Amino acid sequence: MTQNILLRGREIPDIHKYDVYVENGGFDALKTTLGMSQKEVIDTVKASNLRGRGGAGFPTGVKWSFIPQNEPIKYVAVNADESEPGTFKDREIMETNPYQLIEGSLICAWAIKAPAVYIYLRGEYWEIAEQLDRCIEKCRAEGLIGEDIQGSGWDCEVYTHLGAGAYICGEESALLNSLEGKLGQPRVRPPFPAQKGGGLYAEPTVVNNVETLANVPFIINEGPEAFKAVGTEKSSGTKIFCVSGDVAKPGNYELPLGATVRELLEEHVGGPKEGREFKALLPSGASGPIVPLTDEVLDTEMTYEAFAEMGTVLGSASFILLDDTRDIVWAASKMTKFFKHESCGKCTPCREGTYWLDKVLDRVIAGKATQRDVDNIYDIAGNMTGTTLCALGAFAANPVLATIENFPDEFEAYANQRAIEATDEADAEAEPAPAGD
Amino acid sequence: MQNALLENYKEQIDYHLSKYPDDQSRSAVMPLLYIAQEHYGYVNDDGVEDIAEILDMDPTQVRSIAGFYTMYREKPKGDVWLHVCTDLPCALRGAMEFYDDLLEELDIEDGGTTEDGMFTAEHVMCLGACDRAPMLQANFRFHENLDMDIMRDLMAKWREDVNAALQPTDGGDTVSEREAN
Repeated sequence: MTQNILLRGREIPDIHKYDVYVENGGFDALKTTLGMSQKEVIDTVKASNLRGRGGAGFPTGVKWSFIPQNEPIKYVAVNADESEPGTFKDREIMETNPYQLIEGSLICAWAIKAPAVYIYLRGEYWEIAEQLDRCIEKCRAEGLIGEDIQGSGWDCEVYTHLGAGAYICGEESALLNSLEGKLGQPRVRPPFPAQKGGGLYAEPTVVNNVETLANVPFIINEGPEAFKAVGTEKSSGTKIFCVSGDVAKPGNYELPLGATVRELLEEHVGGPKEGREFKALLPSGASGPIVPLTDEVLDTEMTYEAFAEMGTVLGSASFILLDDTRDIVWAASKMTKFFKHESCGKCTPCREGTYWLDKVLDRVIAGKATQRDVDNIYDIAGNMTGTTLCALGAFAANPVLATIENFPDEFEAYANQRAIEATDEADAEAEPAPAGD
Repeated sequence: MQNALLENYKEQIDYHLSKYPDDQSRSAVMPLLYIAQEHYGYVNDDGVEDIAEILDMDPTQVRSIAGFYTMYREKPKGDVWLHVCTDLPCALRGAMEFYDDLLEELDIEDGGTTEDGMFTAEHVMCLGACDRAPMLQANFRFHENLDMDIMRDLMAKWREDVNAALQPTDGGDTVSEREAN
């Protein structure tokens, strides 16, 4: 069963318009919130068990509670830098229901008494930013943004800020650097963004994903119990699953957390393309380990815990499906090239490691790999994990490591090719230029 | 010395500066780089120096920001800048073949510009439209569910009127122009 908390635009035409949004309960939650104390709001979000939807799944209310309330200036930074391959959920939320994000962001801002919210959008989403800017103006005219909001005595501004094409700016500390007009590179932590010295302009800052904040008005309106009633004990609420690749009907699907992979793929997505079979699943874009799509995986509940147990991650729930015609090593190479391009260059293990992994994988695909190359992969990948300021280094090692682990036959077929002479097909695969990188 | 950006875009620049605390004007470097790009066609030395003056930054710092992010052009490009996503999800829907055909049609290499200066085509990383591939952005406007027939029609239209590259493909309202109320 689908349940639209976040994708309400599909049921309510024109909900991107202020009047329609308000007719459908819009800004009721904000008004309720303004009658609550900061602690009450944070406790409500904590009780709902909402977890961050950007990928890490950190409990949202707990994150908000880290903000020292006695600091005079705090900020909210909304992470709308959606750049993970296979992820297009925040785009739909913002395109179809921009006021819900603004309302959620304002509730968060009230919870920490922030004077400003910055919505950091990837540069390619400039059209969405223009729409948001107009929505913000409308809210200002309605007394929902600006000075003394709804007579509460609280002033809060909301601004959009455009990135300019850098995956790394979706990492929260790189996002903050980018907002400050610096290179979008991760910071050394601690201090963490929520701490004095660690956030935007060194002030305590909550950084939340678009989808996370879009859940908040529902939690305030319906109560934390109603939110917890959807999903599972540890993974509450719904989640938008972005489905792409070799499927009959790609798109965004909002389902309760805890629904099975089978339900998503068979009942909603319509299975694989005609005459094909699913072979592999990337559950979190390029970042999460690839897994074979076995019956066991199909029957797995889509929760943060169950996916961790399976040896992968739910992350942003960007499901890229590969069917039985696909070459997993080729896919691993594509993703490795992505990370090579997007490594920000700050930490040596990631900057050099992504370069070398890509080079070695090219050799593997060309059928020129030796055992030493395979050893090199483990050596390089091992040096990229846990040695960098952000998770990109470890993510970048995932595609090739998970391929070796979960699809050993395919990898070995390439690695052994040297002895059996490379085929023409392999040569073609090895040089996907000019479009390959 | 004159500052062309201040002269021509004062209102826009003031608006961006107003978003950030008074002592954090450097935050406006990214929006100002977009303005410089719009004015000069790419981020050239004049644009960098204008921004450095407005924000009280060293020109080298401004240049480092322009170089870090892929959406700033460091040299002139064609009138229509095509960004074609060839990342994995798009590749699974035929984006690489589509891009190869497009390059052949334009008779250019990846990153190249057509002889008439009309089109520059580059492959890029994920653009957040994986379910509607093959897709591209033309001057940063989304065009989705493409094939070469659609593409030839679009390019013919853009050759007649370059501003058409900024119009929505389907004739419907675009998100950027939509009424907020």
